Formats: sequence, structure tokens, C-alpha cells
Amino acid sequence: MTSAPSGLGALAAAPVPPPPPPVRPLRGALRALPTMLRVHFAEVVAWRAEMLVWVLAYTMPLIMLALWSAVAREAPVGRFGEREFRAYFLATLVFRLLVASWAVWEMNIEIREGNIAARLLRPIHPLLSYAAQQASAFPMRIVLAVPIVIASLLWIGADVVTRDPVQLLLLPLTLVGAWAVTFLVMVMIGSLAFRWESALGVFDLWLGLYFVFSGYLMPLELLPDWLQSIVRWLPFPYMLAFPVENALGLIDRGTTLRALGIQWSWAALLLWGALAAWRSGVRRYSAYGG
Amino acid sequence: MITVRSLAKHYRVHSRQAGVGAAVRSLFRRTYQTVKAVDGIDFSIETGERVGFLGPNGAGKTTTLKMLAGLLHPTEGEARVLGFVPAQRDPSYLRSIMLVAGQKQQLLWDLPPAETFELNRAIYGVPRDQYRETLDELIALLELQPLIGKPTRQLSLGERMKCELAAALLHRPQVLFLDEPTIGLDVTMQAALRAFIRRYNERHGATVLLTSHYMDDVAAICPRILVIDQGRLTYDGTLTALVRRLRPEKRVTLRLGEGILETALAALEVPVVSSCDGVVVLQVPEDRLRSVVAQALDKLPVVDLTVEEAPLEEVIADLFAARPKRAEAV
Repeated sequence: MTSAPSGLGALAAAPVPPPPPPVRPLRGALRALPTMLRVHFAEVVAWRAEMLVWVLAYTMPLIMLALWSAVAREAPVGRFGEREFRAYFLATLVFRLLVASWAVWEMNIEIREGNIAARLLRPIHPLLSYAAQQASAFPMRIVLAVPIVIASLLWIGADVVTRDPVQLLLLPLTLVGAWAVTFLVMVMIGSLAFRWESALGVFDLWLGLYFVFSGYLMPLELLPDWLQSIVRWLPFPYMLAFPVENALGLIDRGTTLRALGIQWSWAALLLWGALAAWRSGVRRYSAYGG
Repeated sequence: MITVRSLAKHYRVHSRQAGVGAAVRSLFRRTYQTVKAVDGIDFSIETGERVGFLGPNGAGKTTTLKMLAGLLHPTEGEARVLGFVPAQRDPSYLRSIMLVAGQKQQLLWDLPPAETFELNRAIYGVPRDQYRETLDELIALLELQPLIGKPTRQLSLGERMKCELAAALLHRPQVLFLDEPTIGLDVTMQAALRAFIRRYNERHGATVLLTSHYMDDVAAICPRILVIDQGRLTYDGTLTALVRRLRPEKRVTLRLGEGILETALAALEVPVVSSCDGVVVLQVPEDRLRSVVAQALDKLPVVDLTVEEAPLEEVIADLFAARPKRAEAV
């Protein structure tokens, strides 16, 4: 009983809307960025209690500090005495706090529950929307990190920080690089949720390797030389250990510059990978019944 | 404006029996089923039309809407909206459309709706003057003033839905996809939203494509309907024509002043749909309407008489009840 498409033209008298103007996606996104950061910052402020609890969850470096300090009390481990371990793990705590991301959990739940549609419908790339959301938490994280930094410097002494002005100048760049690598890895893994409905199993696997090879549980130079020489080519050290080693002067300026090159090469490669994984995931997205 | 040719979306879904044994077996051997959510549909919609998608649960309405909004890639066929291929998700296209789903939200949960409005203004690049003008209009039409400063999580479902609509319309989309926009709302709010959608369409010439389980939504908003069932388009035309085609008979309701005269009623020779408390409902073929009404007025103590089409819900229920089941591919 199918009839021919009628095309009633019920509103012939209504004004025909003009064709949409051409959009330059990048320019539009950059123009929107300040508002996106401001609104998402308001969101982070609304979550302040959750944020505090989240910070408390990052206490592993303090446990490692106690553990390795006890070991070093007997005798130094390599060039790490008690004081060096304190400096290392407090820097690890602060930098982990600054460069952390929660994109993989956000993506996983949004894809599973179909709420990803709101991002897909907006005329800016969803990855930029995630990035703005995560980056907007920086001011709040800095507020939380500053007291830890001040207390640490008073306890250990400011001379544990590198005196090299180039290394100090590069510090923000190493942190942004560490955040970029962390975020982009999360996006790549999070995009698997488009296919498998949950990517958290894969992320747990990644997290296991991250704990060992990022310098989170121990300084990388305590690994066997052969393993260290492999790990230094992997992304893990550039997510945490590298900014810490640079800030504490555990590596020289030349090594910092080389490592910075590797870190940003990883960031570029992961950006390509994250965009490809996202594109492929969206093509497969079924949102069946959602 | 919107053209759809042989559009299809098939899903491959894992299927298994309930129970622990089936769960363990599915670890080693999985069986899949191909669900044809949309199975080759064709239609076109002109600028400014308001079109309703009707169909039972799982018929393919929402999947079609999602394909048209660029959320899903079709398995086969093609769709064009405003000259764009939706699946390519061109930013210019996304600036021209909006999908509002009654069960999903874009409002930021922990912030007042005003923040989502501001975020959308920036993301859609709406000029400040136009934004202010549109927002003022939406605030007035939807009575949003007391709501936009409260955190979204503290708003009722109806209040949230009004704010969702406002957030969706700030950039004045030319095409509006509405998926169950009145679900869960009370009747007053449903009526208000229907009136608003009509007014938006009339004022801005926007094209509206709507799915709803509430027949009143469809009847109030959409002069044209598309009936989709088991992924296939089974009807495209006006609602009135569909009702006439399926139920050519009219419903004649008689309110009688005295006791019902069974013999006089039987003499009319038409089916009695119901008879209760002096109110008799008859089903009368259109060609006999005039004579039956004249006869009733003549032979029965009629106080009041109304002639109507069969209720829409009944017609649609009949339509879906009569359909043959289609086997899924495995």
C-alpha cells in the first residue's frame, strides 16, 4: 500500500533558508576554544569534591617514596640516596597530577550509553572537544599542586631542581608533551569502544606497562641497561619520567633536547593514530538501540 | 532538501541463549545474526515540510534519523540532506541541522543550561546579536527564564526537555530531527512542545522530521507521515489518507435521550462498536453515512450526534498487527 512520495510542500509560503555558509573548521574551533575552556572549567569547579578525591587516588608515588627511602637508608641505590628518592617521587606525584587525563573513561561511557551523539553532532572535531574538557582542569590541578610543590621544596631544599635555564625553560613543553602523549593514547584506546563496546580491558593492560615503564614506581635508570635502552624508545617514559628527570637535572641538556624530540615525535605519531582510530571507530559505530 | 535512495543499515549482533552454559559456550563459539534495522528505503522531503515517522519499536525510525543526522554510516544506499552526504559530517552540514532525542541529552549535567547555551553559541559560531535575539525568543516562547540559571540536574524532565530544545535551536538549524521529543512529559508540556515545534517551523521555514509513539504528536505536528515497519517503508502520504484507506468507515456517536431502542438500532444495519450509558458508537461505511444518520435521527431519540474518523491509535495498531513477520538473515 505504498503510495508515491508526496512531497507536500506544506509550507510553500515559508521563507526558504539560505544555504549554509562555508565553514573553516579549524578557525571556527579556535574561536570557540576560550569559551569551551571557560565553560568546562566551570564544570571542573562544580566537581571540586570529586577532584579532591581523585587527587587522593594518586598517592602511589608517596608509597613508593616511603619504600625506596627505606631501601636507601641502608645504602644508596645507584646514585639515589634518601633525599634523591624524596625529590624523585614528589616530582612524580606533582607531574602525574598535572598531566593526567580521564579521556578513556569518558569516551568509554559515552560510547556505551550513546551520549557520544551530542559530541558527534557538533561542528567541531570531538577530539578537540575532549581535549578542551581535559585541559580546562589544569588551573584546578595547579591549585592542588602548588602546596605540594612548596612543601616539598621546604622539606627537601630547592637545590634538587635543575639549575640549567634551558631545562627550566623547556619544563612546560615537556609537561605539555607528556599530557599530549597521555591524552592521545587514551583516545586511541578509547576509540576501541566503538568496536568492542568497552575499551577498559585494553587500557588496564596499557596501565600495567605504564606503571612499570613510565618511572611511576621507580626511576627508569634503576632498570637493567638493556631494558632501559628499549624502554627509552617507547612512549611510556615521555608520559612522566622524562619531565621529572629534566626538572631534577637527572639528565643533561643534550639528553633533554633529544628526549624532547622523541616525546613530540610520539605526540605527532599518536595524533595521527588517534585521528585514524577515531575515524575508523565512528564508521563502525552502531549505536544499536541507543 | 532530503533525498534517500535504497538506504539500508544492517547490524551484526551476537546472539545467545540465557544461562551460564550458554555464556560459557559463547566464549568459544559465537553465533551472530544480521539485523536489518533499515532495509532499503526511498523518500524525499521538501524544504519546510513537517514529516512524521511512524512505526512500532525496532521498526528502524531512529536508525534512519541517526543516518540522516550523520551519526551512523549506512550499510548501503545513499542519503543527501541540504546537498550534503550526512555520513561525511561536514562542519557546514552539522551547523545546519540538529537531532533532539528525548532520551539523550546535550545539556551539561552539573551546570545551568545557560552555560550549555553559551558553549553552543561558541561552537556553532553564532554572532552575539543573533544569539541574544534567538535566546530571548526561545526564553519567551518556552518560558525558560526561571530555569536557565539552575543546575540541569535539578530540573524536572519537562524543564530539561524545554532547555534541550532551546540549546538545539540556538543556531537556527534548517533541518530538525526530533526523536521522541515528548517522551515522559505530561500532557500540558506535550501540547506546549508541539505548538512550539510548529511555530519554529512556520517562522523559520525549517524542515522537521519527527518520530514519536504518541499519535497526538504526529497528528498535531505532521501533515505528512512515513510509515516504516521492519526496516521498510510501507506508506508515504497524509495521515488523513492513511486513516481513510485503512478505516474507510466513520464513527457515528449517538447520545440518546431515552432507553435504547434495540429494534430501531438493529434496523440501521451497521456494526455497533460500543453501547454504554445511553451513548452508542456505530461504525458506518462512508457511502451509507447520510442515510444511516437520517434514519437514526428519524427512529431514535437522538440528543446529540457526532461523526468522526476512527481513532488514530486504533488504525495504527491495526496496521502493525496485520503485518507479516520477516525472517532475519543469520
